Amino acid sequence: MDILVIILLVAVLVIVLWIAGAYNGLIKLRTQTQEALADIDVQLKRRYDLIPNLLETVKGYAAHEQGVFEKVTLARTAAMGATTLKEQTQANNQLTDALKTLFAVSENYPDLKASTNFLELQRELTDTEDKVQAARRFYNANVRDLNIKVQSFPDNIIANMFNFKMAELFEVTDAAQKEAPQVKF
Amino acid sequence: MPTLYSQAASNVRKTFILMAFFLVLIIAIGWLFSQIYGDPVFLYIAVAISFTQSFVSYYYSDKIALAMNGAHPIEKKDDPELYRIVENLAMTSGLPMPKIYIIDEMQPNAFATGRDEKHAVVAVTRGLMERLDKSELEGVIAHELSHIKNKDILLSTVVVVLVGVIALISDFFLRMSFWGMGSKSRDDNNNSSGAVLMVLGIIAAILAPLAAALIQLAISRKREFLADASGALMTRYPEGLASALQKISGDPTPMRSANTSTAHLFISSPFKGKKGTSWFATLFMTHPPVEQRIQALIGMKI
Repeated sequence: MDILVIILLVAVLVIVLWIAGAYNGLIKLRTQTQEALADIDVQLKRRYDLIPNLLETVKGYAAHEQGVFEKVTLARTAAMGATTLKEQTQANNQLTDALKTLFAVSENYPDLKASTNFLELQRELTDTEDKVQAARRFYNANVRDLNIKVQSFPDNIIANMFNFKMAELFEVTDAAQKEAPQVKF
Repeated sequence: MPTLYSQAASNVRKTFILMAFFLVLIIAIGWLFSQIYGDPVFLYIAVAISFTQSFVSYYYSDKIALAMNGAHPIEKKDDPELYRIVENLAMTSGLPMPKIYIIDEMQPNAFATGRDEKHAVVAVTRGLMERLDKSELEGVIAHELSHIKNKDILLSTVVVVLVGVIALISDFFLRMSFWGMGSKSRDDNNNSSGAVLMVLGIIAAILAPLAAALIQLAISRKREFLADASGALMTRYPEGLASALQKISGDPTPMRSANTSTAHLFISSPFKGKKGTSWFATLFMTHPPVEQRIQALIGMKI
């Protein structure tokens, strides 16, 4: 009789520990995913902050390229106002295209190309884009781990019980975006 | 077809199996010697000594390795491109930014050390900076950051503790036999079984440290493969590291400050010279042969 009770207690303890472990694991992954998502915003903000400086520098040498400046400014505003991940991605891709056109145009102005300020900003922007990419890859890695755990047996039982959902991967879904951007000027 | 993920997972599994072998070996040796002397006290002493020795070297691993190789730290302004590469890869893997050091050697090589993520250090040689292009450099840095992320420094310290325990108890045993200290079992049993046990003990004392060293080297090789695979998952461009490994191994420049105690930390053994690729020769290498590493990288699907 006693042994049976002990076995039962041990079994219950094991199950409780497993539930706690699975739940905590899911919490950790979900929080890490949220942090990674916020991290993308941090890098994007860095990008938005660099752009006015860049525009001012270019305007100093190429004042009458108004069309390009407006394009960049509009794209930037749209990107800053985006709400969902998809919207944000799309808006930022358009901002990338606008910036590429800006840099292509600046090829025509040798004084601008030689300006150290401009070169430094260009390098900073390229690095920022690398950082956005790094943040997105980190986010995807976390989403992958979370999605695996949420769907694997037996953790999926806990996930359903406590309402853990799969997160969405950062993907380029728009077919036009998958092509190399066109530089027209 | 194997993928980088399955490669990584298989290397982790193999590490566990090797560690298990190690522990079994220790328990077996410890038991055997305790049987012969009827007293497990020197097993405890061996563990204490080995642990203390290794803990100090682990805790100060960053300073020790850097001092031995004459490295000096760099700031972002000293080499912004290198700094950015390390920074971006650290972000991709979710690691805090490590300290970056440059080693004044013309041999292309790199290592990573540090007791945990927050005290991590990545060091590259001048030769590496000069010879590799950006994607190759990224591959190497990703490999080094993977060592930090996979806690390889901690693992190899634990392994060194275990090797130390085996070396010490084998040493104690051989000394005590040499000086003819009596054993309890010899008084109790008849002479022949006591003698057999002694012979077994002596053979074990000679072979055990060798076996321990082989296991340590096997673990080191698996962790190198794992770092290659993890690094490629970080950059999603295994060709970068493959090309870097080719350049690094093809370069015959020797390293002035190469020494055996830090050799295993480097991405490629700093001791240059012809190495055999026979199965037997590979047993004694800290790193897998370069051809195998390149094959593992470019033969993979991402």
